[in-house]
Formats: sequence, structure tokens, C-alpha cells
Amino acid sequence: MASKKGDIGRIFDYISNTQAWKSIFRHGSPDTTRNRSLVMLMNVVLHLHPVRMRKSGLRIKYTWCMGGLTFFLFLVETITGLLLMFYYRPTPEYAYIDIQYLRSDVPLGVMREIHRWGAHAMVITVWLHMLRVFMTGAYKPPREFNWGVGVILLVLTLLLSFSGYLLPFDQLAMWAVTVGTNMARATPLLGHEGPGAAFIKVGGVNVIHAATDARALLLGGRIVGASALLRFYVLHCIGFPLAVAFLIAVHFWRVRKDGGISGPL
Amino acid sequence: MPVGAKEFINHLFGPVSYTVFGVFAFFLMLATYRTWTKPVVFFILNSLIVIFFALSWSDPNFNKIVTKPDNIPIVALIFIILFFMWLSFRQAAINDERMENGMPPLEAVEKHERVLVWPDLVFIEFLSAIIFMVVLIIWSVGIGAPLEEPANPTKTPNPSKAPWYFLGLQEMLVYFDPWIAGVVLPSFIITGLMIIPYCDKNPKGAGYYTFKDRKFVISMFLFGFMVLWIMLIFMGTFLRGPNWNFFGPYEYWDVHKAPVLNNINLSEYFWIHLLGVGIPTNPLVSELPGIFLILAYFIITPGILMFIPVFKRLYSNMGFLRYSLIIFHFLVMMSLPIKMILRWTLNLKYIIAIPTFNI
Repeated sequence: MASKKGDIGRIFDYISNTQAWKSIFRHGSPDTTRNRSLVMLMNVVLHLHPVRMRKSGLRIKYTWCMGGLTFFLFLVETITGLLLMFYYRPTPEYAYIDIQYLRSDVPLGVMREIHRWGAHAMVITVWLHMLRVFMTGAYKPPREFNWGVGVILLVLTLLLSFSGYLLPFDQLAMWAVTVGTNMARATPLLGHEGPGAAFIKVGGVNVIHAATDARALLLGGRIVGASALLRFYVLHCIGFPLAVAFLIAVHFWRVRKDGGISGPL
Repeated sequence: MPVGAKEFINHLFGPVSYTVFGVFAFFLMLATYRTWTKPVVFFILNSLIVIFFALSWSDPNFNKIVTKPDNIPIVALIFIILFFMWLSFRQAAINDERMENGMPPLEAVEKHERVLVWPDLVFIEFLSAIIFMVVLIIWSVGIGAPLEEPANPTKTPNPSKAPWYFLGLQEMLVYFDPWIAGVVLPSFIITGLMIIPYCDKNPKGAGYYTFKDRKFVISMFLFGFMVLWIMLIFMGTFLRGPNWNFFGPYEYWDVHKAPVLNNINLSEYFWIHLLGVGIPTNPLVSELPGIFLILAYFIITPGILMFIPVFKRLYSNMGFLRYSLIIFHFLVMMSLPIKMILRWTLNLKYIIAIPTFNI
């Protein structure tokens, strides 16, 4: 056998017999069914997958690959976002010039572009993933709960994108976020222009006013300024990603536990 | 393109004709899904849109709005969403025809076949990740991410637009007060999506593309998704200009475009125009007709709908609680097109006009 292999094959044989290799990959090369199953079982990343799956789940025509692409984009956003954090300071004085610096002077300055376009793409892939799941009836029992998890992930994706929108601190950012957060002003009971807020009084003094309502909580003040930038930054870089990462784990886990990718009963 | 044609298209993209035409196209799409999904027909439809873009490209106003960096994903979304609607309805059409001839849907043919995830699926995932990464890098190198002038709290741009994925909500602000458009309706979109699996008791249609087996559910969901979400995003992106006025695709965004008509509250219609008396000073009295109308909409309509066979079947399948939940969300969803029609035909502003509680 060994004599039929070329040089590369022999080198590979040698490497895969070293102690170091065997300590990492405890199974032989994945050319038998047993070893192919072991690949999936022994690898912490791959073990999110089942060992075997429906053939129809492989078809791109069926899945559109949208859930996978969304997860892939989440990883892209995490990595590029991490790199951007090295250069970006979330204060009104520096935010804008840091972005300018990022796109003109930083080596591999395309990271911000990838991050921005990737975020737009992620919103679209999430919608298309939902559309696909709906059109194939894949939310039907036993997958009802996972659809709900998906809806929360959809909302979190929009929130991630929205909180990131403010960070460049240009006109587009500031006014898009102003328009968006102005809605919070009208929250029933909790917004100072919302219905019912005028009735919440302590000793004849309104509790809910422009500096204490839901919008002020979001922005840390009455206008989109320094504290809003910091809040959005913290939520964008830590709060929402942690929530998304946790829910993605639940989402993937439930895909497995509910019988894998949907298919006809 | 001749000026006359541009004028005509500008009129065609007015708010009323855009929405009416869109709704009409939507239901036509559902009704003729076996015809338009034929590859040839779909190819011609797509070509028409490409030709429309090509002919319009030289127009400065059209060009400006389409090539604005932040709008590029939405231009792409037009083609993406059409393609995936086609992909799902194409497969639904094939499956429905198979099932009419007594054959199982395509997905069911190989339902007992299992494949190993390594290498089959892992390979596909790896490949699509690489392809998508390449696309993303080319896109990012080719087109710079939008960056406008530094934030300036004293200089309000006109129009001030929310991020594009929230433009559907911003569009609702035209017809509803912020507390409904920005808080109540989005909340009901979320709860409405979440209850779908618990209310859809149809045992058929799980795990394969079909339209025939789930006509009602698919129509309802897609009406919300395509008409009230995606179409409003297109409208908010391309057709809304300064002061949130409507502008045709070739129209110059004139800040001084004439304002819209004065809108009138329901109480004014009822007390002044119908009864010929003044509006009562107590808002609880003056708004009684509106309050009655809203209550009737949510309490009586579900009962009236029961006379329609589809809803009657729905009730017998779901039971009282599920039916109430679904119908409530359905009525909330339909309140947007209803308010749109009332605004266009009667210039109706509010049905209930109590300060901070306008509906």
C-alpha cells in the first residue's frame, strides 16, 4: 500500500502518525464511515452537527443556506468588530476621526467596509432565513419553540445593526438614531409623550418627563450625544453579542434536538 | 427616456397607485403562482426590471437615489427578494402539481435517505463560507461604506430617515401616532410572529414547499412580510423625500413641494358634518364614535368574519383562544391598510383624538 502513495501521501502518513497529531485528532483519517462519524463526535466545533442527516437537508434549493450564512456573517462581524475596537474610541470628539483614520490610514482598512456591508447583509439573510423556514412549514411541531427563539434572534440582529448605526457619529448615524429613538418618547406610560405618562405623578409632580423616560434611558440624556454613544457602544460590542451568542447556542441545540433540519414527515 | 414617459411613471409611483398596484400584484402573484414561476416568464419579468433600471440610469434624480451608498443593499434587496420568492413558489408549484397527480412532494422522495455530515454537509458549508467571504470582500473593496459629514445636532437633514430596515415603521408614522407606529405595532409584529406555530394547526405542509396545502397561512404571512414590510421599505427608501413627501423616481427632491391636504378627525366628521352641532368639549364624549368604532372593530369583526367559510374553518380547527389571538393580530395588521385607505379617501386623521392617545 505505502509504496503506491506519492511523496505528499507519505509525508501526510508520517505527520498523522506523530504523537502531536494523534493527541489532537484521536481518530484515523476520515475515509471510513466509522472515522467520519468520529470526526463529528470528537470535534467541539463540528459536534454541533449530527453524524447523519436527511439528504434533502443538503439541498441548497431547500435550505437556501441562509441560516448558515447568517451565522457565518455573525462570525465575520465579531472578528472585524474586534479589529475595529482597537482603533475606535466611543466619544464624540474622536469617533468620527477614528472612522476616517480607519478608512484612510489603517493597514487592511477594508475591515470597516466588511463590517458595515456584512451587517446589512446579515439583516437580509436573517429575513430570508425566516422566509425559508416559513415557506417550508419548518416551524410546525416539534419546532414551535425554536421559531420563537429565531424571532428573538431576528429582533436582536436588528438591534445590533441599529446600535452600530450610531457609532461612526456622522450625520447619517446621528439622525437615523434620533428618528429611531424618538419613537421611545411615545412609549405608553414610560415615554413622556406617550399615553398615560401624564397620569404618573408623585405629590403632583410628573415622574415621567423628558429626562426620565424610556428615550432618556436609551440615550442617557435628552439628545444623541456622548452618553448615547457610550451606551450604544457597550450594547453593540458586549450586550447584544452576548445575548445573540447565547441564543444561537440554544437555537442550534434545538435544531438538533427537534430532529435536525426539517423535512417531510 | 422621453419626458412624457417619466411623468407617467412618476404618477404611477404616487402613494395610492403604488400601494394599490403593489397589493394587486401581490394577489395576482399568489393566484397565478404556477404561471409566473415558469423560468421563462420569470426571466422576462426580471429582464423588464433590469431594462427599467437601465433606461432610468441616466436620469440624475433616479441615479442619485439609487446609487446613494446606504441604499445599495436595498437595490440589491429588490432582486434578492424577487429571486427567493420565485425559488419558493417555483418549488411549491412543482410539488403541488406532483401531489395532484398522486405523487409525493420532491422532498419526500428521498426522505429516508441519510447521508454522513462529514464530508457532505461540512464541504458545502465550507464552500459557501468561502464564496460568500469572497463576495463580501469584493463588495467592500469596490464600494466604500457610507460616511457623511460629522454629526451636527444643530443641522437636521431633510428628510431624516431611520435605518433602512426600520423604514416600514417610519412609514407607519404617516398614518399613526408614534406610540402606535413605534411601540405598539412593532410589539405586535413580534408577538404575532411568535404565535404562528402555536396557532397554525394545519398538519400538512411541514418540511416541503407548497402553496396549495397552506393557502391561507402563506397569504397572510406574505401579505405582512411582502406588502407591509418590504414594500414599505422600498417606498420609504426610494419615494420619500424632504418633509417625508412623496416623490416619483425621476422627480427632483424639492424641499418646497406643496404640503399635503389638511386632515380631519373622525369626531369632526361625526359632530359637525353629520349632526350639524359643535364638537363637545369633553373629549370622552366627543370621541365616543371613535371609541365605539375601535371596540367594534376588535370585538364584533371576529364574529362577522365567522360567516366567511375560511374563518369558520379556522375557528373549528383552532378553538376559541387560538382563534382570538390570530384574529386580533390579523386585525392589528389590517389596521394599517385600513388607515391608509381612510386617509386617502376621507383625509381622516384620527379615529380617536384624545391628546397623547390618538388612534
